[in-house]
Amino acid sequence: MSDYSFVGNERARPDAGDKVAGRTAYIHDLTRPGMLHGKIKFSEHAHARIKHIDTSKAKRLPGVRAVITAYDTPEVRVGFLADNFALKKDKVRQLRDEVAAVAAVDADVAREAVELIKVEYEPLPGVFSPHDALLPGAPLVHEVDARGRPRTSNVVDLKYGHHTGDLDAMKRASRHVVEGRYTTPRIQQTCMGTAGCIAELDGRGNLTIWAKTQIPFLAQRDFTKALEAMGLEGASARVVVPALGGGFGTGLDTHCYEHIAILLAHQTGQPVKILYDRAEEFAFLSPRQSAETRVVQGCDEHGALTFRIVEVLQDNGAYTSWGATYPSVMMLPVTSLYRVPAVSFDAKIVYTNNTYCQAMRGYGNPEVTFPIESNLDELAREAGIDPLELRRKNANRPGDLSPMKFRISTCGLDDCLKAVGQKLDWSEKRGKQRRDGRGRALGVGVASLVHVGGSGRIYRSDGSGIAIRLDDFGHAHVAYGGVEMGQGLVSALTVAVAESLGILPEQVHLNQTDTAACPWDVGTHASRGAFMACNAAIRATKLLRDKLFSLCPGVFEEIAGKALGKAESKLGSDVVEQRVGKPGKPEDYLLRHALVTKRGLPDEPWARVDLAKVLRAVHFRQAGTMLSAEYFYEPPSELPDWEQGIGNMSAAYTWGAQGVEVAVDEATGEVEVLRMVNALDVGHVLSPQALKGQVYGGIAQGLGYALYEEIKSEGGRVLNPGFTDYKIPTASEMRFPIDLVFVETEDPNGPFGAKGVGEPGLVPTAPAIGNAIRDAVGVRLNDLPMTPERVSAALDAASRTRR
Amino acid sequence: MRAELRFTLNGAAVETFVRPQARLLDVLRDTLGATGTKEGCSEGECGACTVIVDGRAVAACLFPALEAEGRTVVTVEGLRQDDGEPSEVQRAFIDKGGVQCGFCTPGMVMAATALLAENPAPTDDEIRAGLVGNLCRCTGYVQIVDAVKQAADELARKERP
Repeated sequence: MSDYSFVGNERARPDAGDKVAGRTAYIHDLTRPGMLHGKIKFSEHAHARIKHIDTSKAKRLPGVRAVITAYDTPEVRVGFLADNFALKKDKVRQLRDEVAAVAAVDADVAREAVELIKVEYEPLPGVFSPHDALLPGAPLVHEVDARGRPRTSNVVDLKYGHHTGDLDAMKRASRHVVEGRYTTPRIQQTCMGTAGCIAELDGRGNLTIWAKTQIPFLAQRDFTKALEAMGLEGASARVVVPALGGGFGTGLDTHCYEHIAILLAHQTGQPVKILYDRAEEFAFLSPRQSAETRVVQGCDEHGALTFRIVEVLQDNGAYTSWGATYPSVMMLPVTSLYRVPAVSFDAKIVYTNNTYCQAMRGYGNPEVTFPIESNLDELAREAGIDPLELRRKNANRPGDLSPMKFRISTCGLDDCLKAVGQKLDWSEKRGKQRRDGRGRALGVGVASLVHVGGSGRIYRSDGSGIAIRLDDFGHAHVAYGGVEMGQGLVSALTVAVAESLGILPEQVHLNQTDTAACPWDVGTHASRGAFMACNAAIRATKLLRDKLFSLCPGVFEEIAGKALGKAESKLGSDVVEQRVGKPGKPEDYLLRHALVTKRGLPDEPWARVDLAKVLRAVHFRQAGTMLSAEYFYEPPSELPDWEQGIGNMSAAYTWGAQGVEVAVDEATGEVEVLRMVNALDVGHVLSPQALKGQVYGGIAQGLGYALYEEIKSEGGRVLNPGFTDYKIPTASEMRFPIDLVFVETEDPNGPFGAKGVGEPGLVPTAPAIGNAIRDAVGVRLNDLPMTPERVSAALDAASRTRR
Repeated sequence: MRAELRFTLNGAAVETFVRPQARLLDVLRDTLGATGTKEGCSEGECGACTVIVDGRAVAACLFPALEAEGRTVVTVEGLRQDDGEPSEVQRAFIDKGGVQCGFCTPGMVMAATALLAENPAPTDDEIRAGLVGNLCRCTGYVQIVDAVKQAADELARKERP
């Protein structure tokens, strides 16, 4: 199909050798000369007035270099609504509020000093569910907004909606209508490498911060503002991103601990490291938002969808991170998963005294795909149509313009659904009330997904810059601002540079993300890493090739001539000149596998010139030059109007379907996934190993979301802050076979036709499992996770109804 | 208060002084600079700090440093073969894509190494059971299990005359 040299080939990750050898340096492994260790004193109340903070004992502890509170440091605001503060003054609004911090010679002394800080509180009544927070007279989490204006409710000032089509008419046109309410829990991203940073200020007040971030350039902006707040106006903030032990959305905001490290470094004049341990990560790092969703969907007598109503109530916790903007992504499946003529979407985001939440992989999409796809399954039953058939009937098609005005360039949804049906033996298995040898009920279920596959424009610029420099030895040094957090961006980018430039992957060197060296990038989110990096690389390498070929005439012939003369020493110079030919035009030259050739010359060794030789020849001469190129790629997409819910937010859309077979033990309520088929329209496979890793990993997270994971809290306190009580899937839970099907639809906007694939793996897993449980035992689980207790309770309720 | 500790680390004798309550993980990472071993949870639940002590995989975050006295400890840094090549297990993790963010990888590689030393031809279920104490949030374990299978095959091939 293609004559690519490297795209689509099985190839190991470029960073794997260092990672298996333990040579990769994470924030945990980094140290700086004179570095101090910081620790944070967190609040002991979910909602309380701070009466007094006594730091005197902590300050006297030997080894302590600084103890800071909001009362003796400049005010540093955090978050895009500026409703959060690095250190809290007057009032705490959640149990993890930062009230003081210590820098000391080692982590043990810092920890001991934190214990010596005494804080006097006046407890206030709190609100711990969005419903309670909306009651008249509910305590206000924030009495004033960021500008000091009084607030009258706990509703966060972010508006998202979408209302298209004639809802009333379509309701009337519906033969079948199904309504349901669903809840999804707060869950932890549980990066294996916990959060941390090192902040260091030079003598001029310029900051370098090694940060576990996915948004080095937006972080640079936040940190620059923090420096200004500290009186260091005009100082530079440089963000260096070490190897990330996982990201999953935790790096989409700057965090209070980072700003506190900067304050401590400023106070002490020494570098300060703050590193969370696992218990801190669980209790004090923001989880995925929880949501309650009401869905109503209808279809006509043939099963064609008529309308969809989705209303979301989201528990924001005490402060606002980018994660609060989940509805911006919820709109994507709400408006555009299947063809729906009339759509109504409303989202309400509410402050509570729970821990504030942040982004996690999928960013709102799994929260609404579970309700929509669970509800759709019930609609199919109501209509008496096979759920797979109903989905195929309503599947989006290439060329569609969705209600949100997505221009759907490529769409393999129907192919994905078809593949799932075939590979799962759907027609033989669905609705057959089968049992396995252990007497467990068996069932199959399917769910689909749509996600942004061509980046997702949620910011004024959705761009990514790249700078590529060729050295004298033919190696390409690539500075790219996107972040490798495990997903395999390095694999895709390496292949794209090698393929599009015409060198070998081994000659491509990706530099660590560093705002001082890399062009701007909006951040690594929205499954955009490979799509953006490879698109930028294709364009930058085109510039490099053009420049190279413009320099080739004469230089190439000289080098080739020398080689020919050497190979055939008896040839006269005139014959050599004649065989090599006169200097050509730029378009006569080619570069492939790091060899420059010229059209019309025979395929002989002398006529294949090492790129490095050309580079040195044009460098080391009178008026010499070196080759480098920069490109800033902006995808062809629009920033949606969020209140109207209209705008083509992505340059491409990724589609997929998952089918699962489950066994349900009716005695215990335990659900076991027996097999899964995952079909994904990826546009084009860039790097099979990285792609499979992304999908398998997504499925594991989807499985955890479906069956196991939930942050339990009471009065705002996290009750399960460790892996003992918070279970993520292990190799044992992932023991079922997974069939991967990659549909290649060759998107015109995709680099080599590829679309983004970072998040989709986890999106449809929970509803597919819920639908399979429904098929197996006849009960619908409306709440995640679908634990044995909940399955048993649903079975009990169903049997009571039947009696 | 410091106690003397002598043990063998990756084939070399080590002599150092440690606090009596120090964990083996602290000594490896902070005292000896062997940062390949990672700290993921500090309570023996995640396996990121897995090292091999006298042939057995242990969680270095729970292992008192003084318990290592006189023993042989192997960390991920010690798997490199004499010719500088990675071990069969490391090679297989590279080839099969058992590596993503890489934070669990050293522990996972050590657990797999210990597993194959004990059971050179494990079934898929035995591999999964052997790695159940090592958490990974990126890979879904599929390509890790593939890697352990490849390593087992490769080691068996090498054993044959």
